[in-house]
Parts: sequence; structure tokens; C-alpha cells
Amino acid sequence: MTTMTDPPGQGFRLSQLIYDTRYRSLTIQMVAMILLMLTFSWLVVNTITNLHALGKDFDFGFLTQPSGYDINQRLVEYDSQSTHGRAALVGILNTLLVAFLGCALATVLGVTAGVLRLSNNWLVSRLMAVYVEGFRNVPLLLWIVLIFALMTEGTPAPSAFRGETPSSSMLFDAVAITNRGVYIPAIHFAAPLFENNFYNWLLVLIVLAVSIFVVKRIAHWASVRQEATGDRPTTWYLTLAILVLPIALLLVLMGAFLDLPSLQGFNFGGGVHLRGSLIALWLALSLYTGAFIAEIVRGGILAISAGQSEAAYALGLRPGTTMKLVVLPQALRVIIPPLISQFLNLTKNSSLAIAVGYMDARSTLGGITINQTGRELEGMLLLGLFYLVLSLAISGVMNVYNNSVKLKER
Amino acid sequence: MSDTHAQTVAYVRESMTEQREPPLSETGVYKWIHGNMLSTPLNVFLTLVSLWVIWTVLSHVLPWAVFGIWDAASLTECRAIRDELYGADGSVACWAVISERWQQLLFGFYPPEGYWRPVLAFVLFLAAIAPILFSSLPRKLLWLTLAAPFVMFWLIWGGTIWGPICIALGFVLGWAAIHYSGPRIGTLAAVILAIVLPLIYWLVIAGPLAQALSTVLPIGLNPVASREMGGFMLALIIGISGIVLSLPLGIVLALGRQSDLFLINKVSVIFIEVIRGVPLIVWLFTASLLLNYFLPPGTNFDLMLRVIIMVTLFSSAYIAEVVRGGLAALAKGQYEAADALGLDYWKSMRLVVLPQALKISIPGIVNTFIGLFKDTTLVVFIGLLDPIGLSNTIRASTDWNGIYWELFVFIGLCFFIFCFSMGRYSLFLEKTLRREHR
Repeated sequence: MTTMTDPPGQGFRLSQLIYDTRYRSLTIQMVAMILLMLTFSWLVVNTITNLHALGKDFDFGFLTQPSGYDINQRLVEYDSQSTHGRAALVGILNTLLVAFLGCALATVLGVTAGVLRLSNNWLVSRLMAVYVEGFRNVPLLLWIVLIFALMTEGTPAPSAFRGETPSSSMLFDAVAITNRGVYIPAIHFAAPLFENNFYNWLLVLIVLAVSIFVVKRIAHWASVRQEATGDRPTTWYLTLAILVLPIALLLVLMGAFLDLPSLQGFNFGGGVHLRGSLIALWLALSLYTGAFIAEIVRGGILAISAGQSEAAYALGLRPGTTMKLVVLPQALRVIIPPLISQFLNLTKNSSLAIAVGYMDARSTLGGITINQTGRELEGMLLLGLFYLVLSLAISGVMNVYNNSVKLKER
Repeated sequence: MSDTHAQTVAYVRESMTEQREPPLSETGVYKWIHGNMLSTPLNVFLTLVSLWVIWTVLSHVLPWAVFGIWDAASLTECRAIRDELYGADGSVACWAVISERWQQLLFGFYPPEGYWRPVLAFVLFLAAIAPILFSSLPRKLLWLTLAAPFVMFWLIWGGTIWGPICIALGFVLGWAAIHYSGPRIGTLAAVILAIVLPLIYWLVIAGPLAQALSTVLPIGLNPVASREMGGFMLALIIGISGIVLSLPLGIVLALGRQSDLFLINKVSVIFIEVIRGVPLIVWLFTASLLLNYFLPPGTNFDLMLRVIIMVTLFSSAYIAEVVRGGLAALAKGQYEAADALGLDYWKSMRLVVLPQALKISIPGIVNTFIGLFKDTTLVVFIGLLDPIGLSNTIRASTDWNGIYWELFVFIGLCFFIFCFSMGRYSLFLEKTLRREHR
């Protein structure tokens, strides 16, 4: 009697490549690989032929050549004799600057609007709903162009601040809003400790960081003491002194003073000059992204079931403590990942700077540099790479965070 | 029964007291206002601030908008009328710019006698999308959905009707190849045939065939070039074709990202991440500056078509992530059940997994579409005339130099109405879908 479980005829047949599931995946991948490589080589051959026909080559040497154009806003030293690479760096720093400012303001706006939209005050929650829906449903570009038009056409010229009875006046005698930008006070040092101003500010930052660290230690010590003895030592004057005294001492030592903007000739001088383009881009990005963040915050708080806060109330916690200890830690787990992807969106949207002439990475590296050198391929490649690295870095941070807060299950 | 009788115990009430009205502070408007606006000092403060904000905005905007001037030929004329009516410092809108230029904002430089064509195409689009969005409509309408793209293309761009028909025939050919030859030569060969046969047809036969047919039977509309289109029509064309074309690609990418095959998986992941990591504006510049480098020398085609290709690739990465969410949200039992029934990969996807996963993803797809529709305004930077580009043109003209609020309010309102209603639809969908899953 023959058994039914006899294996079918041994040996490898070609048809197994298609009909046998053990080998089929291999076949599919091989075919896909060949197709992919064919497409790639087709594109590369096309590119080489086209470049050759135009008499161009593929070369990043232009990055070390003098750029020959000026950038009106720069965070590092730059002039028209600097290289294209330096110009790209200035642009990248400008992108990062507006992205950082935007993320900060958008978070503040978004969290405020999201919490207020949950308020039981009918008027406030409706007002916030209008803000959120209004900004979410209109293109960002329109907001940027609109705010820029307001900044340039709706604000007074510097000459309006002049004369016996000026038609415009500065806010608190310190901030001037003009159609050439906003002038705010700057902090200067009369007796700086270092030649390079950067190190002075670094010193200030370090002192601040150390103070904050000490304050945290004090709070920790107070908690330990409370757990041991039952009452919490009063620390607020200590905290305040440690926060204020060192930094004040340092500032006095370096002779810090406020440099107020004032009318000099046809324009304002002194202080810090924030260009209209930066302000318009910053405000529009923050207001737009803030509306999305508001929805995320609202959703996150709503996602924590009412039972959680009721349980906290039943334990006798007060509303503030409930929020701090029960709702927020859980809501943050829901809120942070989409929040970070909003930051990512904001950073990518900052490339709309082109609408207001703000000199970001796209305008320098992907704009003027390309126009002057005719190196579209290299320029766009570098620009894309910059955004890609930025995105991957931010999503990497998000993954680390997700792993650290995810529910620890066995 | 208890032994204690009511009459023996003096303090037991025998009848219910009459129900009384709640106190005045606990009913009606007073309670509502008190509870919702004035319950705590903080609330009072917030209410006052909101009232102040609302008053400031409305007291400026309402008179400005309501008393606006609708009938003037230029901004100077508008200002002259204003001076006459309200004095020189009266602040009123000059809606005349809208009443004079609204057609341009909606259609760009499309020939005015042909405005009915894009409008009809839009109505057709709504009719075609209806059976997909509302499952209560008869399934026969899906035939309309299949035919709509070709008719819409013909309506908007004009030209001979035989062009779209001959292209559509290619799809029929592909379908016929699978349907009739499939049982005879096996599925794999039929699929290859269904790809190769229409390609040959399109490349070799379709062009001469359309030409021959149009000389025999010339039915057609006035052709309109892409560069004459603009305004909201352009935004809709790019947005809708981008989303529709990116759906199949997005689904394939999502499946690729879920796939166990190493190479397919990695290629999908890299494609999706690269596309999503770089802003749309960089991709648009790539389309306008670089696409010519990657194609055979001498290829040159319509800028609008290039933008549509780029937008399609761009949104397919986002759609892929949405669909992936839908695939992940599906219970694992569904996959296993399909496997247990002996369905192969494509059958299990087509018959079991995708219908459910796509249904879950529709709200996400609608949201992607809203985002894409808003992003179509970016084409202004590569020289297409979207609403914002047209507003720049209008602001640069001598008649309307210096006007901006009115134009931006109009454009913003149009976008708002469109996006807001789609957003509401997506919310409605989310609610109905959630109920089904409980």
C-alpha cells in the first residue's frame, strides 16, 4: 500500500519559481530589482545625456566660489564675497531660526486655544472654535501674504514718528512698528568679559542653566524632607534668590544696558531690527500651526476618559493637582507624537518664505545660488537633502520619545 | 404591611407637597448665562475679554463689509465714491474689484463663452463621486464614475471627442485581455498581456485612430490650452486629479510597506519617507527645473501636466500612510480568515482586506485632500495662475493697485467654504464608521 504522503517528484523545476510559494517571493523581488535598476539607469543615462548636451557637469565646486549676492538677514558673518556654501549656511540658519520661533509660539497659541476651547465658558470656546476652523481651512500661503501685506501697507513709515506731533508713536517708548520692520530694544554689554559677543551670551546661558539646576535640586531636597518629616520647608525665597541673584550679578558685572531704538535720519537705529518678512512668516506659521495644535491638545485631553478625573476627585485631589498628576501625564502620551509631526510640518512650511522674500535655505541655496551658477541639479539635491535630514532627525526624536512613554506592558 | 399607620403617627405627611417652580436663578436664560459665562471670577474675566474681542472685530469689519462699494471701475473711482458717501476717513470695502474680476478669480483666462464647460465638468465630478461617498446610492452609478474622467478631460481641454474615447478604449482592451484570455492562458500571462496590449495600442494605434475618426466624424469643442486656465478652476483640477491619480499608487505603496518582501518593503519605505521629508515647494521646483533632465532629450510637455505628476507622487506618499493606518487598524483575524479560506495574496487583499481598510481610511483620505487642495496655492511660485497668483496680477494692475483685503477675503472665503464642508463630511463619516465598529 502506498501512502498518500509521499512527497511529489523531487528536483527543482523552473515552474516552481512562479507556482511555489517558497521561491515565488524571490522571483518577484528579482523582477522588481531588475525593473528598478532599469528605471534608475534610464533616468541616470537621460540625465547624463542632457547634462552633456547642455555642456554642464555634475560638480559641487560652486559651493566654494564667491557668491556675489547679499543677504539682508544673517545670523553669522556673511558678505557678498563669501562663498555659496556660506550663503547656504546663512539660509539654513534662517530656516532654523524661523522654525524654532514658530514652533515656540505655535505651541503657546495652540495649547492656550486647545484648553480654552474646552472651557465651560460658552463665549470663549466658540471664539476659539472660530480661530481654529478659520485658520485650518484657509491656505497658509494666503495668511503669509495677508500678514505681510498688513506689515508693509498697514503700518506707518518711519517718518510718521518724526516731528512735534507725530502721527505714530512707539509702544512703551521701546518698540517701533514700521513698514520697514519692527524695532525692539537690544541688550548690549558695556564691559564684556570676552571679545566675541557669542561667548558673553553663552556665559549668561550657562549661569541660567546652573541656577535652574540648583533650583531643581532644592525642590528635590524639599520633597525628600517632606516625605521624611511630613512638612515641607519653605523654599520660595531661596529659589527666587538663586534664580535672580547670579544672573543679575553677572549682568551688572558686564555692564548690560538696554539699547532702545530711536529715529536716526530717515530710519530707526539702535535696537534689534526684525524684518517684516520674518515677522509675517513667523506669525502666519505660528497662527496656522497653532490651530492644528489646538485640535491635537483638545483631542488629547478629551481622550483621557472622564473616569480618570472622576477617580482623581474621588481620591480627594484638587482640580489643579488632578490635571498635573493624572490627566496631563496620560494626555501627553497622546498629544506629543502628533505635536512633533506638526513641528515637522511647520519646518517644511517655512519654505513658503519665498512669498515674502525671507532668505531661508530655499531662497539662498535653492534660489539665488541656482540662478547664478545654473546648477539646478546639485542645488536642488542639496536642498532636498537638508530638509530630509531635518525631517529624519525630528522623527528620530519622536521615536525615542514614543518608546520612552509607551505603556510598559509585560 | 407595616403596623405603623400614617394616622397614628402625627408627623408623617399624608400627601405630597405641590411641586414648585425651580428658583429663578436655576432656570432659563439666567442660569445659562450664569453657568456658562459668569460662574467664577476667571470666567467673568474671560467673558469680558471675549466680548471686547468680538466687539472690536465686528465694529470694524461689519460696517466695512456691509457698506462696501460694489460698483466702480477702479480703486480711484471707488475712493471717489467713498469720499462722496462717507467722507475721506470712512473705511469701507471696495467690493467692486470682486464684482469686476470674480470670473477671473474662478476661471483664470479661460474663454468666457466656454465657462459652462468647467462648470459642467465640476457637476459631473460631483455626480461621479457621489456613489463612492454615499453607499446608499444605486451601484449602477459607478459606470458614470468610470466614464467621468474622460468626459471631464474633454470638457475642460476641448478638442476632438475621439481623443479621450480612443484612450478609454485602451483600458477596455486591458480589461478584455484579463477577462477573456485569463481562463485560457493563466492569470500571470493574462496580467502581462493586459499591461502590454494597451501600451502598444496607445503608442501605435490610438493616435492615428483618433485622427482618422475625427476627420470622418468631426465632433469637438474649441480646444483650450492649459496656460489659459487659472483661479479656483486650476486649484480644483490639480487637487482632484492629484488625489484621484494618487489613490492607486498610494494603495500599492501602503501594501508595499506592509509587505514581507525585503526589497519591495525597503523601496516603499524610502520612497514614502523621501517624499514626505521634503516640502512640496521643493518638489514643485524640481518639476519645473529638473524634470527635463530626467527624461529623454527633447521631451517637453505641459507645465500643468508636470505639476500634476509631481503632486500625484507627493500625495501618494501621504495617502500611503493613511491607507497603512487603515490596514493596521484592521483586526488580524481578517487577514487570517482570508488565508484560511485559501485566497492568494491579491485575492485576499482585493476581496477581504482592502474594502474594509479603505472604508476606515476615507476620513484620512478626505483630510489629505483638504491639505492638498490648500497646497495647490503653491503652484503660483512656478508660474501657474492660481487664485493667489491672480490676486497678485490684479494688485499689480493700474486699476486696482493697492487693494488687498477685499481680494484676500474673497479667496479665503472660497477656500474656507470648500475645505470646511469637506472637513465636516469627514467628521460625519468618522462618526458613522465608529458606530459600525462598536
